[in-house]
Order: sequence, then C-alpha cells, then structure tokens
Amino acid sequence: MDYMETKGRIFDIQRFSIHDGKGIRTIVFLKGCVLRCRWCCNPESQELKIQTMMVQGKPKIIGEDVTVGKVMETVEKDRPYYRRSSGGLTLSGGESLCQPDFARDLLRAAKERGINTAMESMGCAPYEVIESILPYLDQYLMDIKHMDPQKHKEYTGRSNELMLENAKKIADSGMTDLVIRVPVIPGFNDRVDEIEAIATYAGSLPGVAKIHLLPYHRLGRDKYDGLGREYPMGDVLPPSMEHMRRLEEAVVRASSLDCQIGG
Amino acid sequence: MGLYTYNSESIPKTGRIGRLVDHLFEKMPEIESARAVLLTESYRQTENEPMIIRRAKAFEHILKHIPIIIRDEELIVGSTTIAPRGCQTYPEFSYEWLEAEFETVETRSADPFYISEKTKQDLREVHKYWKGRTTSELATSYMAPEAIRAIDHNIFTPGNYFYNGVGHVTVQYEKVLAIGYEGIIAEAEEELRKCNVSDGDYAKRSHFLEAVIISCRAAITYAKRYASLAREEAEKCDNAQRKAELLAIAENCARVPEKGASGFYEACQSFWFVQQLLQIESSGHSISPGRFDQYMYPYYKKDMDSKKLTREFAQELMDCIWVKLNDLNKCRDAASAEGFAGYSLFQNLIAGGQNKEGIDVTNDLSFMCIQSSMHVMLPQPSFSVRVWNGSPHEFLMKAAELTRTGIGLPAYYNDEVIIPSLVSRGLTLAEAREYNIIGCVEPQKAGKTEGWHDAAFFNMCRPLELVFSNGVDRGEQISIQTGNVEEMSTFEEFYDAYKAQMNYNIGLLVNADNAIDVAHAERCPLPYLSCMVDDCLKRGKSVQEGGAVYNFTGPQGFGVANMADSLYAIKKLVYDERKVSMADYKEALLMNYGKGLDQTTMSEMTVQIAEGLKKSGKPVGEKEIAVILKAIKAASETPEIKAKGEKLLELIDEVPKFGNDLPEIDAFARDVAYTYTKPLETFKNPRGGIYQAGLYPVSANVPLGAQTGATPDGRLARTPVADGVSPSAGKDVHGPTAAANSVSRLDHYIASNGTLFNQKFHPSALSGRTGLENFVALIRSYFDQKGSHMQFNVVSRETLLDAQKHPEQYKHLVVRVAGYSALFTTLSRSLQDDIINRTEQGL
Repeated sequence: MDYMETKGRIFDIQRFSIHDGKGIRTIVFLKGCVLRCRWCCNPESQELKIQTMMVQGKPKIIGEDVTVGKVMETVEKDRPYYRRSSGGLTLSGGESLCQPDFARDLLRAAKERGINTAMESMGCAPYEVIESILPYLDQYLMDIKHMDPQKHKEYTGRSNELMLENAKKIADSGMTDLVIRVPVIPGFNDRVDEIEAIATYAGSLPGVAKIHLLPYHRLGRDKYDGLGREYPMGDVLPPSMEHMRRLEEAVVRASSLDCQIGG
Repeated sequence: MGLYTYNSESIPKTGRIGRLVDHLFEKMPEIESARAVLLTESYRQTENEPMIIRRAKAFEHILKHIPIIIRDEELIVGSTTIAPRGCQTYPEFSYEWLEAEFETVETRSADPFYISEKTKQDLREVHKYWKGRTTSELATSYMAPEAIRAIDHNIFTPGNYFYNGVGHVTVQYEKVLAIGYEGIIAEAEEELRKCNVSDGDYAKRSHFLEAVIISCRAAITYAKRYASLAREEAEKCDNAQRKAELLAIAENCARVPEKGASGFYEACQSFWFVQQLLQIESSGHSISPGRFDQYMYPYYKKDMDSKKLTREFAQELMDCIWVKLNDLNKCRDAASAEGFAGYSLFQNLIAGGQNKEGIDVTNDLSFMCIQSSMHVMLPQPSFSVRVWNGSPHEFLMKAAELTRTGIGLPAYYNDEVIIPSLVSRGLTLAEAREYNIIGCVEPQKAGKTEGWHDAAFFNMCRPLELVFSNGVDRGEQISIQTGNVEEMSTFEEFYDAYKAQMNYNIGLLVNADNAIDVAHAERCPLPYLSCMVDDCLKRGKSVQEGGAVYNFTGPQGFGVANMADSLYAIKKLVYDERKVSMADYKEALLMNYGKGLDQTTMSEMTVQIAEGLKKSGKPVGEKEIAVILKAIKAASETPEIKAKGEKLLELIDEVPKFGNDLPEIDAFARDVAYTYTKPLETFKNPRGGIYQAGLYPVSANVPLGAQTGATPDGRLARTPVADGVSPSAGKDVHGPTAAANSVSRLDHYIASNGTLFNQKFHPSALSGRTGLENFVALIRSYFDQKGSHMQFNVVSRETLLDAQKHPEQYKHLVVRVAGYSALFTTLSRSLQDDIINRTEQGL
C-alpha cells in the first residue's frame, strides 16, 4: 500500500461536482500547469509553488501537500452518491500530469476501491507518463484547444504537436474512454472553421465518440485580482448561446461525434 | 416490479384550468361570517343537550343554510365561501385575537385578509355568545400555572391547537367512495341497535352514534343543495357545453357522497365534499388527502377499461381538485400567520410507495398527480412522493421535473425509515407500509390515527439561555435552578444542566398540550370526522375522546443545529481548550457579541433594573428610566465589549460546525437531538397514546428566532434559528453531499413525527436529463443513509438578489454558469450580476 503514502500538492477538493464526468463526482485539483492559457479560470493552479491569494479581502494560502491516503478520506465520503449516480473521482488542475506519480497513485487508489475515475488534462507530458496512468483511468477528458500550432503557442505558451500526438496514442491504446473538450474562447478558436478543424481531428481518433464545447466564462476573473495579476482577457464577453449552437452544428457537419455544449 | 403497469406520458393542461386559477387569485382573500353566525344560532338553541349532539346539530344547521356557489367553469363543486379563497371563522375554538386584529388583518404582512364592516359587525355580535365557552379558555383553565408562564416566556408555543381545531388527519376517503354516507349511516344504526339502555356507556355511545347520523345526513343535504343549484343554473345557461357540464354536476351531487361512487368523476366529487366538509366542521389545518393515487385508482381503472373515461378528462378533473384545494383558506392570528406563512393549509397529498404487502403501487394516477401540480403551479396540495428501493426511476425523474420548476414541490419521503419507525410505535407492518404524510412531514396510518402531529413548537435554544441565567428570564424565575454557570467545572456538568432545563420544560409542554387535548374532547368533539376514523363507530366515541386506534401527540423541537454547534463550541472553547472563560461567554451572549442590543432586549433589561430599584425603595420615574436605558445602550456598545465580541466570534468561527460531514460534531448533534426526542417519548396523552417527537419548524424558525437571544454558536439575538434538521444557514460549506451526510447521522427513526431537511439548488444543477439523474441519485443516496425527508428550494432570481444582500445566509449556494459550478457568494458583484441576468433568461 505504499502508493497511499505518495505525496502531492493540491489546491482544492470540490464535492458534488456534476458537470465534469459521469454522475456526482469529487474533483481534486492538482497544482501546477505547463500551459499559461490566457482564459484560464484557475490562475492559482498554474504555479506549482504554494501561493497566497486574496479572497474576499483576506489572504488565503493556495496549495497544500497531502498524501494519497489523506485525499482518499474525503473522496470516500461521497461513496453513496457515486454508487447511485455512477459518479466517482475526477482529477483536475492545473495539469495533473505535472505531478505524474501522485496523479497515478490517486487514480489507482480510487480504482482499487471500485471508485470510477476521470481526469481533465491537456495531455501535455511524455507519452510514457500518460501510459503509466491509463490502467487506472476510466475516462480521459482531454482538451484540444486549437489545431494551428502557431496560434496555440501564442495563446497558451506552448505549441500543440505533443498534445495532438498524445491524443492519437491514447485513442489507439483503447485503454480509456477518451472525450475531447474544447474551451470556446472568443478571438482564439470560436470561428466555425477552427472548431470544424478540431472536430475533424477528434472524429478521426479511434474510439472517440464525444466532444464537449465549453463556452468561455469569467468565473476566474476575481482570482487574478487576488493574485495581483491583470486579467488577460480584459472585457471579452462569453460567447452567446446562438453562437454556441452554430458551432455545435459545425461539429455535427464535420464529424459523427456526439456534441454537447457544457461539461 | 410494481403491481401496476403505468402510462407516464404527459397530458397537456386545458384552458379551463388556467382560468380557474386566475379567478381564484383575482382578489385578496376575504373573511366571511356565515358559518360563525349559523353555528351560534344553533348553539343558542341546544343549550341543554349533550355536547356531541350540539356539535352535530350545529354542523347540520350550517350545511343547510350556508350560502353556496358554483364558480364559472368548475367541474368539481363545493365552496366554503362565496368569495374565492375566502375563509369562515371558528369562534368555538377562539375569537378574541380576531376581534383584536379586525383593523390590522387586512394590512398585516403575513397572509392578509379583507374583512367588510358588515362581517365585523356580525362577528362582534356572535362573539358575545362565546365568552367563556371556547376550547382555548377551557384549555387555559386546565393548564398548570408554570406551563402558562413557560408559554408566556416563549419556551414553547402550543398556539396551533390552542387557538384552532386540530385537523392533522387523513380519514377513510376510500370508505365514503365505496359505500357513501348512506353506508356509514347504516353502520352507525347497526351499532346503535347493539346499544342497550342499561349499558354503562350508553349515554355517551348512543349520543355519539346519533351525532354521526345527523352529521352524515347533513353532508348529504349539502350535496343535494348543490345538485339543485347546478340544475337551476343549467336551466338558465345558454352555452350548450356549459349546460351539459352543469347537468353532469347536478347528477353527481344528487348521488354522492350519499351513495358509493359509480365512476371516476363521481369519486372526484365525493372526495371533494369529504375534504371540504371536514374543514367546515372544524378549523384545523393539515387535513390531508393522503394516498389519493391509491384510493382513486379503482374508479379510474374501471372507467378507463370500459372506455367511459379518457386520460385527458381524468387529468382535467384532478387539476380541478388541485385548484379547489387552494380555494379553501384559513385566517390565523398574526403571530401564527408568520409561523405558517403563505395561506397554507398543508393538505398533504402523497403519491407512490408500497401497498400493505410491500409491493410498489405506483400507477397512472401517481404520474398524473405530479402533472396536476405542474399544471396548477400552486402551493396546495402540499404534494409529496414516497421513495423506496423499489420506486420506479421514471417516477422519481418525473417528480424531479416538478422540483425543477422551483415551486418547492414535491417533498420526498423515505419508506425505508418511516415504515420501521412507525412499527416501533406499535403499528403493524401492513399498516405502516400504507402510511401517508400529514401536514408538513408527519407520517400516520390513515383512517386509524389521531396523531396531534403539530402539537407545539419547542424552541431548543431557550433552555440553553436558561442554563446561563440559572432559570431566570426577564427577571423572573421561570424554570428550575441548575446552578451558577460560571461554576460548572466540566462540560458534562454544563451539558447535564442543559438536559435538566430541557426535561423540566418538556414536562411543562406536555402539561399544556394535555390541557388543550382535554378541552377539545369536552368542548369540540367532531362526529363527522370521527365517523371516518376507526374505531370510533365501534368504540362509540369521537377521535377527540380517544376513539381512534392509534393516538399520539407530536410536538416538534427545532434548533438542533444551533444547539449542536453551541454546545460543541462551549465544550471546545471553554472546557477543552480553555480559550474563553464562561463568564466572558455569558457576557458576550448578554451583549449580543457587541453587535448592539435590539429595542426589546433593552427595554426588558431596563424594566428589570427599574423593578430592582423600586423594590429597594428608590423612586423610579420616567427620567430615571431614560437614564437606565441610556446606560444599558452605552454599556453594550463600548469598544471593549465590541472587541471582545468580535474576538469570540472569530474563535467560534474556527470551531467545526454541524453540516460539514465531520463525524465528531455530527455524532454530537445526534446526541443533542436526543435531549428532546428521548424524554418526550416517556409521556402519555389523555387519549391513551404516547408522545413522539418531530424535528421541524414549518416557518416558525424565523418568528420564534426573533424571540431568542444570542446563542453560543455565534448566532446573533433575534435572528432566525436553523430550519428543521438542516444545518444553520451558511454554516455548511462543503456542498449538498456533505450536508446530507451530516444530517443523515441524526437518528431519524426516533423522531417518528417527522424530520425536515431543506436543500437549495440553482435550476442549472437540475438542467437536462443528466441534471435530473444526478438529482434523483442525490435523494436516493441520502435515503440510503437513512434520512427521512428531503425538500428542495430551486432558487430563483429573487433568491440570488437576496443572496447579494445577505451573503452570510447563502454561503453554501452553488450556481452554475456555462459549464462550471461556483459558490455564488464568492464571486464578484459584477459576475453575480452576470449570473442573475442569465437566470432571468431561464438558462
């Protein structure tokens, strides 16, 4: 049971999450990210180091070092709800793959206790790292943000080749239910042709059946203030429902994927 | 597998239903005097007759002469008042409050009623007769002086049955549907034949049976008056369709409730007369239709099978009944109106669940009940659904759709807790399986029980105040002395003092309830209601006199969460960690944590000090009083008091609270709830039954909280007390599953008079099929853990606006916008506005 002692750094655990994977879920947010997406709604997740953020005028320590066992104590509390809703544990972040051993052992701990597992991730890590996780992962909620490497780099700080390649390898492995998620960001990827390109790629991945279009929102805006940072998105407005519907139609045209707006 | 296959498909609402609803809500409800005048006329003529006969004759006199009306487009008829949603008055229970409130009842904030000068005049005249003859006056004379004092000091309030009829019952509707009142009259006559003039109980028994016969005949007469009126109106009617409808109504009312119902339409009309007339006989609320989907089903099935009925028409008839349930109304005194806000009569109607053999009996009508609530979108009936492991998923999904509309219906009940809980109170398993809910959350076996389910509100916070004051309230020793609180050296000693204060005051509550109980038996036995409850006919006595098979008294305690958090905070801060002295805690409570004293508290303190001065021979005039008042105000607001209060609140804030899935404090809360539920069940009532506790406050946690000083959990003076068994508002910060886990750790079995757990959701949490699936899973999971009841407030835009104004009350409110969930109050104002604006668009 050594894996129960594996340590990692998290910044939140959110129970009764009903929009990130199947059923009623507990989300564990891991700290640290490889990307710096301008629209990021969890800016406090980006740095691996422990930070202080002002929340409603009071300083709050962001980041806590915990063992897998400690996290599982909280995850276990909602077992009755997982059972009734086919829910379970979801890892999110940040990018969970920044703490590969911890992420793997959390998923393993859940899996071995019969709790369904999911992970939200960009897949931005060497494939060997991902491969070590797959045996314990029921559903991989993977972001594909843009097909154009240049634009991807401009808005997230990194090019997209590795992630696209990993998506293909994960799909080929057939070891997990791969779902593609696209944050729809005005001015970045909200043109019909941009979404179509992603849908075409996602549709070509073996075994992938679902794509989620997640409209940009501003729920993270306050946190930038709390961290003393400027909000990179300025006054950009969330996309309208009508526009989201147009993009949904584009996905349907470009692929045979089951498309859903929102998580 | 259930017993029935069912058709769950939605049926559209007809135009008629919308118009009936609109008509009902056109005007402010009105008080009418006809019943009170007729009642009094009858009473004046029967002075020397047995009380039960007088009651029956009065009922008969009322039903013969009370004005009747058929409202436009109605298919089900029977209105207690000419004005829609109006109410009659019931001076035999109490009247003084009404006369005192004549001038304010129209303008008060909670449940206002219009009253005409003519009605005031009529009632003033009638009330002259009732001085000294009411149940409330008799009850007072039976109460122990210390119980009256405890009521005056707001430790508990038995006001509901003190001022009103009892209600809180489900009668044998199925019996009236099957054999009609002619059948019940025949049974009474048979019993009467068995009576022998030389029997010891002949006088009581024979008079009761005679009273039953008079009452049943009165009900038949009343229906026939409607038959005549419908015929008259049909003759005058030019519209062929309406004419046909009126003739059908006339036929129905000529047959039922005299005879058994021959089909579904007659069954609906017969049901309605029973429901309406019970409320004309006495003023009680929570007269609950119960398992409507079960006792109506045979008539529905028969007519459907023989193609006499369409589902569409059956639905329209049910919708008409749903509207009629909102046509009945009741005017309460101003204080009670706040406790039961919303003109509610709590006519609880329940669908789904098991039959006596433990087989699921969800049927077409169960779904159509949900549909009716969706069609009328009104507070009545208080609609409930029974949930157990065998409940069809589809049924709960349909119920969840109703929840999503935001009208706060249905409430969900757990068979898996309620059935064993009722068995533990002596019901047979078969009877317990057929339970329904009375009023808010109180389970009973219909047609066999006089449950007195809503016998009082007991404020569990007040005994803790008495621990701090050593039994003194407003300068008076109103309770036992449990010692000087500063000198209690262990938490056990302190907790024992709380239990002692609880026990003493629970005893007084029992005294008050029993006094009221006896008064009802003596002055207001109800022969009409009693003929539809077993074993009244066989025993030859009314339910008020102990005629029912099962007799309970169920007063409810509230403030469990406040007391759990308070006692735990005292344990941690004063005894375990020694961070605060008891003296400082006591001072902080007295000074409302330095947050300022309200006017009432300051005047009370002033009066006490002034009286103390007077006793010691010092003259106290207006000038002195002004000086004292000023001094108290100054003393409560010194920078030192404010700083100390602030510091203590910060310490309290760090102590774990009930509702966050922390096993230690949750176990503690379970024990605290026992301080009410366990002592109570040792007491007996005058009808030969026992007491059983409920843990729910209706809406009384707000007005009764306003009578409660600051509590050690950091709750400020006069603010609301926690609602039901729910955590204190804003103290549960880990979401709905954590709160539900905590609440499920209370003992819901022992609180067999019901527990109430409220949760709030934003509509987005229930959006789409997935949202409903997860919502149903949440209910099932709470019930797996043996919670008893759950209800949901799906928050509206108004709630979100209120959350902006009072964020401290809404710390747990989760909202979802475009794919993410967030705690509403942690968002910036502009984001909150974003979300509110989207909510307005219906998301």
